[in-house]
Amino acid sequence: MKEFVEGSHAVAEVVRLCKPGVISAYPITPQTHIVEDLAQFVSDGKLAAQTVNVESEHSAASVVLGASATGVRSYTATSSQGLFYMFEVLFNIAGMRLPVVMTCAARAISAPINIWNDQQDAVSLRDSGWIQLHAEDIQEAVDLHLIAYKLAENKSIMLPVMVCMDGFILTHGIETVDIPEQTMVDNFLPPYIAPYKLDPAAPVTMGPLVDPEYYMETRYALQETQKKVLDMLPQITAEFAKTFGRKYNGLVEGYHLEGAEKVIVAIGSVCGTIKEVIDEARAKGKKIGLLKVSCLRPFPAQQIYDALKGASKVAVIDRALSLGSTAPLASEVKAAFFGKKKAPSVISSFVVGLGGRDITKDSIREVIKLLNGRERNGEFIDLKPELLKESYE
Amino acid sequence: MKEIRIHARAGQGAITTASLLGYVYFLQGMYPYAFPNFGAARMGAPMNAYVRVDSKPVRLRSQIYEPDYLLVIDPTLMRGFNCFSGLQDAGIAVINGKDGEVEIPKLSARQKSLVVPATDIAMKTIGRPLANTALLGAFAAATGEFSQEALLEAVKKRFSGKALDGNIASVKEGFEYVKHKYNEVK
Repeated sequence: MKEFVEGSHAVAEVVRLCKPGVISAYPITPQTHIVEDLAQFVSDGKLAAQTVNVESEHSAASVVLGASATGVRSYTATSSQGLFYMFEVLFNIAGMRLPVVMTCAARAISAPINIWNDQQDAVSLRDSGWIQLHAEDIQEAVDLHLIAYKLAENKSIMLPVMVCMDGFILTHGIETVDIPEQTMVDNFLPPYIAPYKLDPAAPVTMGPLVDPEYYMETRYALQETQKKVLDMLPQITAEFAKTFGRKYNGLVEGYHLEGAEKVIVAIGSVCGTIKEVIDEARAKGKKIGLLKVSCLRPFPAQQIYDALKGASKVAVIDRALSLGSTAPLASEVKAAFFGKKKAPSVISSFVVGLGGRDITKDSIREVIKLLNGRERNGEFIDLKPELLKESYE
Repeated sequence: MKEIRIHARAGQGAITTASLLGYVYFLQGMYPYAFPNFGAARMGAPMNAYVRVDSKPVRLRSQIYEPDYLLVIDPTLMRGFNCFSGLQDAGIAVINGKDGEVEIPKLSARQKSLVVPATDIAMKTIGRPLANTALLGAFAAATGEFSQEALLEAVKKRFSGKALDGNIASVKEGFEYVKHKYNEVK
């Protein structure tokens, strides 16, 4: 049913429909509304889950690890410093092949403290083994949670999934969202039956010491499964479309790519603003398109290559940094063209909207303007030059 | 597309106002996107909430710099800060306050501002200084964006009991105030 609903509440609703058995989280802005609403559902008897109060995100992640290991569908949510406090546990969850689903309300990283939106928290977890999906709007955030559980619990995948939605812009934004019916969710997402679990009746050990004779194969297996996700995810989104009528590619989504000479590549809610600018540019006859990257891990390098190989100029927008190197998304987009005959003549990299710096249509127009010139490497957009002159001395 | 910017202090219900305003549009079959912009969250700090609305889903995610309409919930924010910044040439501002106590900046010929004693109305109707629904009643009358009935329908779905009665009365008084004082209903 279509409702006018806050992003966090919409996500809490869809998580409720997924019927997790255990929820554990620690409050952190801008994620808090999600787990507040879930706790309310449990206390109102609308969700038969166990909510576990913890003293930190490290414990929240440990609780869902343990719960998932016993074969129970589990859920957590966090942001920024909270995600980083989970860091070591998150690698364990992936390594133990546990299909936990987490919402990351994407937010900037300290120091200095900043509660506002960018994607540094999520992007910094790219090597953790978690599948990482990014939403453009609240509807997509809702739908990705259903897709996430379906993907995570697939017997040939068995990996955790992080669903990322831009903090405040989507978590605190209110818009029209179609919240699915429980019966449809039940059909799409049957109860989770773990292929292996901690069970006193049939004891197993998970995540034990593995010596050099065996360790490397476990990492190889993770890497191979990540590759498999590139095939599996579009199948699951196709099944999703059949059930719910909303179509997602899951990996990448093109917007006006046909005949596009210039293409912007971006992740998350900024894609909406970019689409507005593209519509205006197209109305003036300018051949510009967008390639939205919905899945950052596994990285859909082949799909990105196929989508961009005909473009002459590509602008990659990052909302995170890899300090001391090329911006993360730009680095990987460029790598997708290494050694290929067909490639854009320019792949420029832009850093936009860090720590909640507002991304306006003018920000995007500036990116398009700069794409006309020489190749840019990590060009910051909307910097305030007067602030750069300030000095400690 | 219409853009509305709300000026308030954290705790004065700007998000509730944006949410209710968006909900009225939603019930009319429109696609609103209501969203807040916080400073570091603390009671009393200046903050904005926004509503951007269109007949198709809104994709633009930036803040609102050139609003069609302004709602100023706390007129003390107008001291030393230009709440009218970027107001469209034919823009309308609805300000909570009393005539003579609110200093309106010089407006262009087509811009309009309406001062409505929404807090006084709320004290009478709700018994607490919750000016939001009275301001929305005034907004409906001043802008013609939606009817009083459409606003009341949204209020009825969002409030219940005593709060509902008070807020219905607030909407009506805010609407009537603008209708009589400014002698216009769009």
